[in-house]
Amino acid sequence: MIKARGLARTFKNRRVTVDAVRGIDLDVEAGEIVGLLGPNGAGKTTTQRMLATLLIPTAGEATVAGCDLRRDPVGVRRQLGYVSQTGGTNPSAKVDEELVTQAQLYGMSRTAARTRAHQLRETLDLADLGDRVIKTLSGGQRRRLDIALGLMHDPRLVFLDEPSTGLDPQTRANLWSHIRALRDHRDGTILLTTHYLEEADALCDRILIIDAGKIVASGTPAELKRRISGDLVTFEVDDVPRAAELLRGCGDARDVTTVERGLRITVDRGETQALPLMRVLDDAGLKVGSLHIAHPSLDDVFLTLTGRSLRDAPPS
Amino acid sequence: MNRVNCMNELDYYCYLRTLDAEHEVPMFRDAMITFRYQMRLLLREPVWIVIVMIQPLLYLALFAPLLDPITRTPGFPPGDAWQVFVPGLLIQLGIFGSMFVGFGIIAEIRYGTVERMRVTPASRFGLLLGRVLRDTVVLLIQATLLTLIAVAFGLRVPVIGALITLGIVGLLGVSLASLSYAAGLWLKSEDALAPLLNMVSVPVLLLSGIMLPMTLAPGWLRRLAQLNPFSHVVDGARAAFRNDLGDISLVAGLIAAAALAVVGLAVATRTFQRESA
Repeated sequence: MIKARGLARTFKNRRVTVDAVRGIDLDVEAGEIVGLLGPNGAGKTTTQRMLATLLIPTAGEATVAGCDLRRDPVGVRRQLGYVSQTGGTNPSAKVDEELVTQAQLYGMSRTAARTRAHQLRETLDLADLGDRVIKTLSGGQRRRLDIALGLMHDPRLVFLDEPSTGLDPQTRANLWSHIRALRDHRDGTILLTTHYLEEADALCDRILIIDAGKIVASGTPAELKRRISGDLVTFEVDDVPRAAELLRGCGDARDVTTVERGLRITVDRGETQALPLMRVLDDAGLKVGSLHIAHPSLDDVFLTLTGRSLRDAPPS
Repeated sequence: MNRVNCMNELDYYCYLRTLDAEHEVPMFRDAMITFRYQMRLLLREPVWIVIVMIQPLLYLALFAPLLDPITRTPGFPPGDAWQVFVPGLLIQLGIFGSMFVGFGIIAEIRYGTVERMRVTPASRFGLLLGRVLRDTVVLLIQATLLTLIAVAFGLRVPVIGALITLGIVGLLGVSLASLSYAAGLWLKSEDALAPLLNMVSVPVLLLSGIMLPMTLAPGWLRRLAQLNPFSHVVDGARAAFRNDLGDISLVAGLIAAAALAVVGLAVATRTFQRESA
């Protein structure tokens, strides 16, 4: 659905030159939800805006939905639904005015646009709000309207820029289910940017971690976490020093540390390796009280890759 | 059955057909869509349409009476005070009524609506033209009202001459609205646009002979004014008001107004197409 090679963008101001994106290769298959994860200023939005024909890349090539980004931007626009970070609605306009006008600009007839607006309002929990002036909507309603605008022409490919920024947790979860439905029911492809770990983790089939304009890692959320830090297995045992001795050097167990009334061990795959380790303890006659497997967070991944935490990464 | 995908077949067929519609010029279709959208927004808060008219009305009531004695000054062009002054007021309305629309596009940039429309396949020229048309229609309504009120005050003007003048005002509106949108898209900030407009508007106004005809001016000032295309537009409008339809200044005025409109639209379309706009 998307294939980009060496995509780069440099912003030149009077004095400063900023390399916002420095050569990104990117492949997105149909039916995937792919997340660009990174701190503010990493180049997520710039990448997305280039792929959406809003910015001309300074270097690189890309094909989006079968159309060449440079030669056929109108072809790209026709097939793409784009929802920007700040949305794009006039506060004095009415909900249906925006929806219908948007669809008409994609070539839909007025009647078809009205029907479609009605359907999308139903789907996105905006059913009775067609005549409401937009400034009277709540934050969550406005965000769902932004998304409805991006879906009016029934695109197969949707870009969402920070879809849930500024929403409360409940509204966010609700939005996620709408985004998932988009892929599940329609085989839609979604490329979203986010700096929320929870969002990338909960929503994306695949994550591209982007930092300082480059992709530093990619994979499913689980793969990324596994590859970089492994899982944490914690046992509660009666004889901690003995258990530590037994488990050290057992399989790929590493970083064996004592915690309160137990041991914490790092292994590659917690689910498959916890039981053999427990059997070792059991065979030696030790009493295992409890077993706990923890997956590392994407924040741990980001920390390992870039040396800083995603949460307090300064905007570069 | 999922709801997102249940656009019924007929609608979907309509949609596909409109995509392929060859009989419509997409540019003008997009312009009309934009025009209707913008017009509806404007009519929701029509107060400023009236506010823009207050200034020329005050000029008409409080300044025009001063002109009567001046008509006897040597160098005053033919025609009575009203016939000289009202065309100038109409041109002034055309300039000042259109010049500030750029603030609107800055607000739209801030809302994100401009960017949203730029990601659609809609023609850039159409997106611009729809807005400019809205502004021009509003301007022509204001100009018509102003002319009718002036007639009530005592203006005598032939219908043809008045219509030609309205045409000139319309072209001027197209030009200045376009240029103002271009400036707004370029500067993206009210704080930068306001001084720019002030800087441009005062010399344009003073060198166009809107207030007092340039025939009263000393030679150097008159030559300077001739470099200002708006002065030709004002002279043309005055000729039309006198019903001097064969007058060379009317031809010059029409050409100047048309040229200004073409240049304005070209500059603004380019700005709209440019990626950073």
